[in-house]
Amino acid sequence: MPLSGPAPHSSLPLTPEARAWVDGALAEIAAAPTTVRTLFPAVRRRCGRAPLPDGRTVDEAVRALLLTALPLRDQALADEVGALHRYGDPAEQRAVLRALPQLDREESGRFLDLVRQTLRGNDNTLIEAALGPYAAAHLPADEYRQAVLKCVFYEIPLARVAGLDERADAELARMLGDFARERTAAGRPVPEDITPLVRPFTTPSGTTIHGTE
Amino acid sequence: MRIFDPHIHMTSRTTDDYEAMHEAGVRAVVEPAFWLGQPRTSPDTFYDYFDSLLGWEPYRAAQFGIQHFCTIALNPKEANDPRCLPVLDELPRYLAKDRVVAVGEIGYDSMTKEEDEVLARQLQLAVEHGLPALVHTPHRDKAAGTRRTLDVVRESGIAPELVVLDHLNELTVGMVLDSGCWAGFSVYPKTKMSEDRMVRILREHGLDRVLVNSAADWGSSDPLKTRKTGIAMLADGFTADDVDRVLWRNPVAFYDQSGRLDLDDTDGEPKPDDTSSFEGNSIRRGGE
Repeated sequence: MPLSGPAPHSSLPLTPEARAWVDGALAEIAAAPTTVRTLFPAVRRRCGRAPLPDGRTVDEAVRALLLTALPLRDQALADEVGALHRYGDPAEQRAVLRALPQLDREESGRFLDLVRQTLRGNDNTLIEAALGPYAAAHLPADEYRQAVLKCVFYEIPLARVAGLDERADAELARMLGDFARERTAAGRPVPEDITPLVRPFTTPSGTTIHGTE
Repeated sequence: MRIFDPHIHMTSRTTDDYEAMHEAGVRAVVEPAFWLGQPRTSPDTFYDYFDSLLGWEPYRAAQFGIQHFCTIALNPKEANDPRCLPVLDELPRYLAKDRVVAVGEIGYDSMTKEEDEVLARQLQLAVEHGLPALVHTPHRDKAAGTRRTLDVVRESGIAPELVVLDHLNELTVGMVLDSGCWAGFSVYPKTKMSEDRMVRILREHGLDRVLVNSAADWGSSDPLKTRKTGIAMLADGFTADDVDRVLWRNPVAFYDQSGRLDLDDTDGEPKPDDTSSFEGNSIRRGGE
């Protein structure tokens, strides 16, 4: 936190009471990091959950502030954040997942396991939160493709998945093309948002070029 | 008829039940943490269960238009197994969650010394977290167990209006209402309490501090017993407002004492059907 300049929550729509609570929470966490264990779950009750223009909610933004206020580094930070996720309810877990780029400044990929745990689950709100810029930057290609295909299955709009422009490839196009054929054979609709991912890898004869992996 | 089922174990119920409950007017439920048919043998399996009560089950319920809250505790039966006791140390983490509206189910099963200690300790946790307590009364030796429960509640110092004693019958309702606690009734197909008996109890004892639930679980039980009780009340001459009071306003008033019963779920909460199509989710489709 900078010593001068606007407070980190100055742009958030908070009541004076909520703002004072956040100030107190940030100070407590900086002094004694384990206090985050009871402060982090209380954020929604204290600050609300109104949507923000950036797609997050107020509680997610405040929770990100609490996490970045932790005076911990490396494995100690990963352990504390991992436990908040482990014992978190879905709103807390979404907040952790959306804060990962701010927590892993060295871009170590240290928090990738939280993304992987989420992608094994079935809660769309969590899967969507997991597939932000952090997953786009760190997930290996095969896992990233499986995640995109899972979104198509769960009808999570692909516009909400980070990194598709850079990471869409021929193998993903093949998987989505096969998926579309399976759907068509079953007489079920094919989601339209897969077309831009498949078309660049389709030959003039209409067959998808197979990936090399 | 709008219905709030203050005690139901949806983990053990099907999506057909959720659909039928919504059709019957159920719009909110509280799922207390309890034992499963199969005994647990380690704390970790409790944490997964608590996570499910806070994660998967509310997610599932929301897809059928039902709001899902829970109560968290180490249940009395498993309080007797020393392998499960470390759960008590992690409870404060869970009692801090938004959708946890009480400590429960706590209480007695076989009235052992271990159950005494775990009940008293969890009543203290309720006081520390400013939460109500949902207290199960034993199925065997019920009247004596209920008296003993009331003694422990009194000694704990928790305000009686923050406590509901559940699974009551004709012999235990009087002492519970006299104590200032709430009286809970589980209407079951065969055991515990029937609709007609429930109506007679309401006639005799009034509608104050009374909660009616289905307590539907993995046994022979019926998640529509709340509505069936409402219908039996109307047939006996109670008004629609009386029914609304018993089946909606009373449970709301009880759990609202937690300060966490957020029934206005419309501002900003990402619901499955907001972030993806209602028909396309994994439950509706029957899994992958």
